[in-house]
This record gives sequence, C-alpha cells and structure tokens, in this order.
Amino acid sequence: MSPDDSRPTPLLEAHALGFSRNEEPVFGPLDFAVDSGEALLVQGGNGAGKTTLLRVLAGLLPADAGDVTIDGIRADRERRAHAIAYLGHLPGLKADLSVLENLHFLCGLHGRRRGQSPEAALGIVGLAGYEDALARQLSAGQKKRLSLARLWLSPAPLWLLDEPYANLDLEGIELVNRMVQAHLRGRGAALVTTHGAYAAPPVRTRLLQLESRR
Amino acid sequence: MTPSLAGSARALLARDFRLLWRRRGDALQPALFALLVVVLFGLALGGEADALAGSASAVLWVAVLLAGLLGLDTLFRGDAEDGSLEQWMLAPVPLAWLVAVRTFSHWLATVVPLVIATPLLGELLHLPKAELPVLLASLALGTPLLSLLGAVVAALTVGMRRSGILVALLALPLYVPVLVFGAGSVAAHAQGLDPVGALLLLGAGLALALVLAPLAAAAAIRIALS
Repeated sequence: MSPDDSRPTPLLEAHALGFSRNEEPVFGPLDFAVDSGEALLVQGGNGAGKTTLLRVLAGLLPADAGDVTIDGIRADRERRAHAIAYLGHLPGLKADLSVLENLHFLCGLHGRRRGQSPEAALGIVGLAGYEDALARQLSAGQKKRLSLARLWLSPAPLWLLDEPYANLDLEGIELVNRMVQAHLRGRGAALVTTHGAYAAPPVRTRLLQLESRR
Repeated sequence: MTPSLAGSARALLARDFRLLWRRRGDALQPALFALLVVVLFGLALGGEADALAGSASAVLWVAVLLAGLLGLDTLFRGDAEDGSLEQWMLAPVPLAWLVAVRTFSHWLATVVPLVIATPLLGELLHLPKAELPVLLASLALGTPLLSLLGAVVAALTVGMRRSGILVALLALPLYVPVLVFGAGSVAAHAQGLDPVGALLLLGAGLALALVLAPLAAAAAIRIALS
C-alpha cells in the first residue's frame, strides 16, 4: 500500500475499520483519511458509534477489522502514544489536586509542547486566577477548559476530541474552534465528534457521517 | 518534550503523595486497623507474656497482611473512575511502568509505616527481642510481594463496580504462600532453625513478581477498561 508520490501521506488513515460489540457491528467498515492541517468532523446521532470510533483510533479499544496507519505506518501502541492526544468524556482530573497540580502531572505523563507552559495554557483557556483552586471546585465547563489546556500542552499532532463542545458556554465553543484552528495551522490535525453541525471550526474540514444502526 | 521513565515516575509519585496528604485521614486507616488487630489479640490472649510471645510474630504478620488487603481495592479504582487510567494507557511511557510506580507508592504509603511500627507493636505482644530482626527482614521482603500480587488482583477487578470482598477472595490464595514463608521464617528462627531458606524464597518470589506483576496488571487493566 504505497501512497502515490503526488499526494502527501495522510497523518491518519483508516482502511475498512470496523468494530462490533457482542457480534453486533457498532460502526464500519469505514475508510477515511485526515491530512495535517485538516479537521475531520465526525457526525451522527446518539449511539451512532462516534465515541467508540475515537476510542478505537486512540487504541483504547481493539479494532475488529481493518487497520489504522499514522504517517503511512501501521499504528502500534508506541506510535499512537506519540501522535495522539485524546479528550474523552472522563476528564482524568484528580478532584483533590489543584488546577495547576493536575496540569503538571498530566504534562509529566504526556510530555509538553516546546515553548508552552502550564500557566500560559491556563490563560489561553480562560482559567487564569484558578491555579490554586481544587479541581473538585470547578464547574463541568471549567473542567472541560482544564482538559483543553492539557490538550494544548500535549506535543501530539493529532487531536481526538470527543464532544469537545459539551458543557461549554458560547465563549467556550469559540475557544475550542480557535484552539483547533491554531493547532491545524501548526501542521496538526483534529478529529472532532459532534451530534450537530452548530459549531464546526472554520477550517478545512472533512465530514464523516455515522448512521445509527437501529 | 517527551517524558522519560524517570520523569513520569516522579510526576506520578508527586501526585500520589499530594493526594495522600490531602486525605491523610483515610491514609491512617490501615495503620489503625493493624493496631486494632494487635491490641485485640493481646486482650483476647489474656496479656500473659508467655502466651503472647509464642504467637506474636504470627499475629503481626496477619495484621500487616490484612491491613494491606484493606486498601487494595482503592489501588486503581479512583483512577479508573475519573478517567486517569485512560490517560495512563495513552501515555508514551509503558502502562506497566506506571502500574509499578503506583504500586510502589501504595506500598510506601500503607505498608511501610506498619513495618516501621512493628517493633512497637511487637512490644505490645511481648515479641522476643531475638525474633525482631528476622520478622523485619521477612516483612521487608514479603510486603512488597503482597502489594505486587495485590496489584494484579486489583487490576483484574477494576472494571467492576463494587468488588470489596471479591478482591479479598481473589487475593487470599495468592497471599497464603507469602504468609506461610514469612511467618514460617520467624517460627523457624524461634525454634533454633535457620530462617534463611524461607527468606530467600520470599526474595525469589519478590524478584519474579517485580518483573511479571506489573505486566500482568497492565494487561488486566487494558482488558478491564476496553
């Protein structure tokens, strides 16, 4: 499967990707690709398999069929860990740690993008002044913003965002779009799931529509 | 900047000890439990020095083992519920390494204070002075082995909602040989026999578990969370 020379190798590519739970297909087979500088909007109703697709791509679930390549090379755990930053439904924050402590730990775990600091990232997501607040005191939207700060600090080029707009106010939605835009300008790519088209970021976007099976 | 093994371990240890400090009331529970067991045993055996001295090392071993079992369910549960484990699985450092570091911090926080308090608890039970070094050596080798075995069991049950007694049931058969050799080494020493054989066996078990248990626990976590 050598990509032809005229086109750059996509950052992420899926061939005949499928996943089933208890013999019942959740999605797929799917074929799609995302280039760097591009966003893939994954749309579909509740239960269409958007979250499952992202978890399969992240490597949290094993795919049942097909394969995933990153930069043209089959994705193994190591490659995924360096290329992918995942924002799921669970924020992965410790309630008893402060905002800044949470961020420092997650940077220690995932690495940090060159030239970025946790303090500056908090400013970007609008949490400046909350450094010493405990994560348990944050609202759901603020926790989401903290997760976005973690994402912003991650050195991974490919963002997998599962419902990033959930719990956010209008300004927060705008923030997600700005962050995705800036990330894409830096040769990154993003997969964004959403159940509506209300908030697509103003960037080069491909659309993947998942249909509910039932 | 990709994180190194040492860097991620430092971050995880710093996080765990901060969390421990924020909830220091909970952290004291295993130690209080062990103290309770030891005091109750002392009272039940009537406080006679001879009767106590004979069973002191065995009681101490059981108290430490049960206290370790008490905190086992919390080893990965909190991290599974708030999504931290997901982030561990996606990190560029091996999950087995993070599991090993987490188990180490758990052992440091729950068991090491007990091992340090063992001489004092031994006084309560009239533990013969000559048995103390062997008891401490067997605890130093045996308790990390217990924690590592416990980590595998805790990882296996992390996907279940309530698993308190299940963890104990699964862990106990694995704990029995450790208890037999641990308490056995002290008993052998008390009878004038050489305790080194049992201690070496514990050491061998620990070496094996250090390598294999984090791998097994990591595999179990991946299965439990998928």
